[in-house]
Amino acid sequence: MADTETIYKTDALISEDIDAYLEQHRHKTMLRFITCGSVDDGKSTLIGRLLYDSKMIFEDQLAHLEADSRKMGTQGESIDFALLVDGLAAEREQGITIDVAYRFFATEKRKFIVADTPGHEQYTRNMVTGASTADLAVILVDARQGVLTQTRRHSYLAHLLGIRHIVLAVNKMDLVNYDQNVFDAIVADYKTFAKNIGIAAFTAIPISGLAGDNIANASAQTDWYAGPTLIEHLETVDVATNAASGHPFRLPVQWVNRPNLDFRGFSGQISAGKICVGDEIRIVPSGRNTKVQRIVTQDGDLDEATVGQSITLTFEDEIDCSRGDVIATADAPPAIADTFEATLVWMAETPLVPRRGYWLKIGTQMVSATIQPPKYQIGINTLEQLAAKTLELNAIGVCTFSTDKPIVFEPYADSKELGGFVLIDKMTNNTVAAGMINFSLRRAHNIHWQAADVNRDAHATLKDQKPLVLWFTGLSGSGKSTIANEVEKRLYALGKHTFLLDGDNVRHGLNKDLGFTDTDRIENIRRIGEVAKLMTDAGLIVLTAFISPFRTERRMVRDMLPDGEFIEIHVDTPLAVAEERDVKGLYKKARAGMLKNFTGIDSPYEAPESPEIRIDTNAMSVEQAADEIMRKIFDA
Amino acid sequence: MSLTHLQRLEAESIHIMREVVAESENPVMLYSVGKDSAAMLHVAKKAFYPSPPPFPLLHVDTTWKFKDMYALREKAAADAGMQLIVHKNPEAEAQGINPFDHGALHTDMWKTEGLKQALDMHGFDVAFGGARRDEEKSRAKERVFSFRTANHRWEPKNQRPELWQLYNARKAKGESIRVFPMSNWTELDIWQYIHLENIEIVPLYFAAPRPTVERDGLLLMVDDARFPLAEGETPQMRSIRFRTLGCYPLTGAVESTAATLPEIIQEMLLTTTSERQGRAIDHDSAASMEKKKQEGYF
Repeated sequence: MADTETIYKTDALISEDIDAYLEQHRHKTMLRFITCGSVDDGKSTLIGRLLYDSKMIFEDQLAHLEADSRKMGTQGESIDFALLVDGLAAEREQGITIDVAYRFFATEKRKFIVADTPGHEQYTRNMVTGASTADLAVILVDARQGVLTQTRRHSYLAHLLGIRHIVLAVNKMDLVNYDQNVFDAIVADYKTFAKNIGIAAFTAIPISGLAGDNIANASAQTDWYAGPTLIEHLETVDVATNAASGHPFRLPVQWVNRPNLDFRGFSGQISAGKICVGDEIRIVPSGRNTKVQRIVTQDGDLDEATVGQSITLTFEDEIDCSRGDVIATADAPPAIADTFEATLVWMAETPLVPRRGYWLKIGTQMVSATIQPPKYQIGINTLEQLAAKTLELNAIGVCTFSTDKPIVFEPYADSKELGGFVLIDKMTNNTVAAGMINFSLRRAHNIHWQAADVNRDAHATLKDQKPLVLWFTGLSGSGKSTIANEVEKRLYALGKHTFLLDGDNVRHGLNKDLGFTDTDRIENIRRIGEVAKLMTDAGLIVLTAFISPFRTERRMVRDMLPDGEFIEIHVDTPLAVAEERDVKGLYKKARAGMLKNFTGIDSPYEAPESPEIRIDTNAMSVEQAADEIMRKIFDA
Repeated sequence: MSLTHLQRLEAESIHIMREVVAESENPVMLYSVGKDSAAMLHVAKKAFYPSPPPFPLLHVDTTWKFKDMYALREKAAADAGMQLIVHKNPEAEAQGINPFDHGALHTDMWKTEGLKQALDMHGFDVAFGGARRDEEKSRAKERVFSFRTANHRWEPKNQRPELWQLYNARKAKGESIRVFPMSNWTELDIWQYIHLENIEIVPLYFAAPRPTVERDGLLLMVDDARFPLAEGETPQMRSIRFRTLGCYPLTGAVESTAATLPEIIQEMLLTTTSERQGRAIDHDSAASMEKKKQEGYF
């Protein structure tokens, strides 16, 4: 090992003048970086080396490490640094890292947070996660292998996530006899590729993680190399933590602070620019202007605050502002829109379902979003545009999406905070995708809703009823239409204005272009939901009778309507009973394989978990079922 | 004006705490009275100022903490204007579970089970914890928002990706989240922050002459009369301090004369053993912390 001597921890200062050391430490800045490389490029070894050289490894850990190295290491009697950073038990056994791990070390000038992410193709997700918070990326290349497919993939992802500082670390130089020609050839090769994907500049350093060359100390073996060591570069690269400080002021509101009637503050972290007391600001999307009255912190009011600080603002005027709003410089506010093009990275085992609703979190805003089928997928190895109908785990694609209400945004290239978002599955609550807004397709403020004087309240009042959607769901042959018909008759008798939507009047007209694949079924329900919503706007009581097998779609329709207007009625008939009845002979056909995607046979039915009403058709006749519904909803 | 690393860390932790309060129904802050809890509580006060932090503090008590810890616990909660909930597992209490006779069962019953009981009893859906990623290997991969099943289990393979500063706090009924707002702080950062911000910590962190005995390579403090002395064993006065605090019979002291924060930091930086070395719990096996976490230990 070339250098086990301490290099960048100032031992002398610590022991001689701790106060001076603390003063120095206090002014350190922070750099977050990510290391990426293929399985055998020596990432973990490099990080282990950084920790070891900066004395972040203690004796007890070192003792464990030495024992572990002998037991399961790959370096014979030498210390296997990789064992230091491979955390979870499962992956220690496999000898590969399979998740993002964060590591910490410090030098005299900076504190570092390293995201260690795996190199396997199937783990694009983890690398994207690690890259999202990184200021710099160290791309590792094995000197014996040169630029590989994985190298290109990692570089593309780092660039996609907006990392502007790229270090090409040509590792294992000890294994190629520190040959300058090898290094130069790899750098030239990489340069061509980098230019193609838009990486304007990068720093190349010949290193050996195992032997310690050009990590902390300039290596005697590479006298042909005059550039900085890896540590020198990391310490001095100008990532200006306030890269966004030249931008106009933005503060996404997280929380309204109201300890008492006399104080109303708006808390959040400044995502761009700076703000002074008295500055003219605008609340987006409402568009109301006011001035900053105070910048409140527990350490006393501030005169000004800058990007990165978590603060609380008070306004000169009492105007509405709540979580999800963005406080911005009045003369340069961010735009609002509801339709966008974005690049999506799919992160879940369950693929994207186009046109299904997902929760979308961007800044402090949470809205419902619908994703269109991808325009194309990006072949991560070739960077070609490929045709795609959906996106699967680790796929990257370009899609358009729309939100159920306008959101405040900026393109990702201008703002990670207002341009980066995650998609959340409404049923499982899992984070299923990361997205980066490229641009908006139309500005929402160009669409003016007709503020009709005769509104939905007026329609309902004239009809003297509360608009409702009675949503009957259940297996084919469960009796949905029969019961819905019976309920409609009784409502009619009471003088209510109703309309029944069922397969007969929807499938033949509005939805005749749709088949029975999962995607078509979702679109079918979406259209029915929209029609039902328009009819409730007209003041009607709408009854619908569709199998509607998926919880997510029923939830989507529920979310379209005002609270309390969606009544889910589960017509609960066991599959065996429905199949036994088989009024239309469909089950027989499905069993014979003549009908594909038939609910209950080769397509699932997701029963409602807590419907407003459940009808047990084994225990009730059609009349009793209608009685029950009338009693529960209309007290009749 | 560029923020220092401590300012960045503080701002990030504040951001995380505010996200939790905005998106959860019934959050709580786990408070262990140690230095990490002290720093976390301090950040919480800043995050919601001038309001007091809008959640209670929860101490999962084992009845075996140091006396000094109990004293500071009450004071810290009162100073912050927060409600303090103390939970002691009634089963463990009834069975007289203690660290001398029951070994690993002590931690399991008082801490792991006690914590689950307290969270269930009060219906807390989010619990803040002061854990840091630099503490231990499996922590390094822990998310800031760590999801637990309705049975409080941690599934290391089934954690949500966390991108940018976007935390997904949605969950089904019964599920809960452990949130670690101090994830990116290191031990040195915590000490430096306590020093700069003048945060009150338990006096046991500072060296003083204290009665001690040596057991299994650990230097233990005889904090009260419950400490069973072996035959011929007499407590020795030694100048000691603690790098971490837990149950006093399980927490090893170090011999030291560091009596001020700069001296403590100096000693920490020059020392050659990691802070968890003083904890008996981690020595079981290399993957012991990961196992305990899967079972619901914080």
